[in-house]
Amino acid sequence: MSMNALDVENVSVSHNGVLAVNKISFSVQEGDLLGIVGPNGAGKTTLFRAILGLQSYQGKIKLFGYEGNQYTTLLSMIGYVPQKVNFEPNFPATVFDVVAMGILSRKKLAKGAALIQSCGCCWNRIFQTSSKDSEKIEEALKIVGLESFKDRRISELSGGEQQRAFIAKALVKEPLLMILDEPVTGVDMDVQNKFYSVLRKINKENKITIVWSSHDLTAISDLATRVACMNRDLFFHGEKEEFFANKDLLKTYSESAMQMHMHKHDM
Amino acid sequence: MNLDILSYGFMQRALLTGIMVSITCSIIGLFLVLKRYSLFGDALSHVAFGGIALGYFLNIYPIWTAFAVSVSAALGMTKLRKSTKISGDAAIAVLLSSGFAMGVLLISASHGFTIDLFSFLFGSILLTSMQDTLTILAVSCGVIVTLIAIRKPMIHFTFDEEQAKVHGIPIEKLNYLFVALAAVTVIATMRLVGILLISALIVLPNITSIMMGKGFKKTMMISISLSVTAVVAGITTSYYFNLAPSGTIVMLMVAMFVGTLIAKHAGLFSTKILTNENNSLSSN
Ligand SMILES: Nc1ncnc2c1ncn2[C@@H]1O[C@H](COP(=O)(O)OP(=O)(O)OP(=O)(O)O)[C@@H](O)[C@H]1O
Ligand SMILES: [Mg+2]
Repeated sequence: MSMNALDVENVSVSHNGVLAVNKISFSVQEGDLLGIVGPNGAGKTTLFRAILGLQSYQGKIKLFGYEGNQYTTLLSMIGYVPQKVNFEPNFPATVFDVVAMGILSRKKLAKGAALIQSCGCCWNRIFQTSSKDSEKIEEALKIVGLESFKDRRISELSGGEQQRAFIAKALVKEPLLMILDEPVTGVDMDVQNKFYSVLRKINKENKITIVWSSHDLTAISDLATRVACMNRDLFFHGEKEEFFANKDLLKTYSESAMQMHMHKHDM
Repeated sequence: MNLDILSYGFMQRALLTGIMVSITCSIIGLFLVLKRYSLFGDALSHVAFGGIALGYFLNIYPIWTAFAVSVSAALGMTKLRKSTKISGDAAIAVLLSSGFAMGVLLISASHGFTIDLFSFLFGSILLTSMQDTLTILAVSCGVIVTLIAIRKPMIHFTFDEEQAKVHGIPIEKLNYLFVALAAVTVIATMRLVGILLISALIVLPNITSIMMGKGFKKTMMISISLSVTAVVAGITTSYYFNLAPSGTIVMLMVAMFVGTLIAKHAGLFSTKILTNENNSLSSN
């Protein structure tokens, strides 16, 4: 029997009285790779921020069945890649420095691992347990193809390169769960494909649960095991095949996106 | 140059406290500058002035009252800012004027004591007593050790508050601790350059080293070296030429800043990649 990595129960969020997320409930099983789709302003980022404790909400959210203090402990083991990182532009950090910020202390890692074990879940680390912090950082940089950039200032990188650095920062933490908010927006095709193969690999081999929002239906249909479709309300949550077979749903999401998708499959 | 100035006790004390204080100020200052809180040091020094006046008024060792008043003002202002959303610059203005007003008021209320206003405003490093020296050394060491211990979460928190929060860093507590450390640092620094010039020590070495395009650790190391150099050179030259040490130190720091600015514009700090591009362009 597998556990739920994430339970979202009746969660609503409003910004200044305007509802952005309306009574959404769904669960993500450990090992799932859930793709979340929805048009701009659908509330995807808002929902992620609620899960991450950055946004107050109504309802209940559980991480691996835990709430409260244990939730907070496990929160630090989420690898989060925001849609847009707001960092201090003058900050004298090299790419290496930035990725190093993602390293979780051994103590926290051990505490989280104990919680995970006691709820009967499993999670394999991306890096070898024995590797030093600097080795993990180098390896993560290699995964995103930034190894030759490690001594450059983060502010001197292009937007897509910065995004890759933040992906490496999320990987280096040895995440249990990754929350990726349109992580490859602005990243070129080569790196996108490389990133997708990394996602698939860590999902399959390391059993890392991934929740991922994207506007790229083709990538979702290639990669995701399950799909959720939202626009303030949750319209669908289930198997990928079911989602892509349901033309009405696709239509709700976006007419043109559907046509593109169908077109690709006709060929 | 002969080094017999080192045989004077007051000179030894001045250099020792100067070095310790400049290291502390550089490290605290780097975080303050990056948090866009550069003038916080200035505000705290004015509050500390009020605290010192209170010490004289109550007949207590004034550095203790300065510590108490500044740390509580710094923590109080941080809390107030959080709950009322007063902007940073307005908070600084409130802190600065109220602290200074308190000092002036207390001095005028007790015509009895003669407080050397000039030395508080512009520093009096050569008059540092043994008690002051020991206090300043202990405080600086404490601040440096604490900062080293909290450097990782502090860097993350300064870089991106939200990411730090998700990472499990208790950002509120960390912020209070940091603000208290900054208040303590400012008091330790007052003797060196005085209330009016503290900002220079906090800001100048850091904006100079940030310009050099290095990573975090190197930027901090460069800032510390610049600061220590300016303080040692400033104290010695001011002694030989009979100048005000505080003014000399700060002007040396300004010179370093301007020099670096010019060097940067001349392209001295451009990265390897840029020079490669230049080469390939010129070879075409
Ligand atoms: N800080 C905020 N204050 C007020 N309203 C907000 C705030 N953040 C988001 N909103 C509103 O909440 C709604 C959902 O926004 P959200 O950013 O979650 O959408 P999204 O699905 O992530 O969209 P996108 O695909 O463009 O990233 C939008 O209507 C937006 O205007
Ligand atoms: Mg979004």
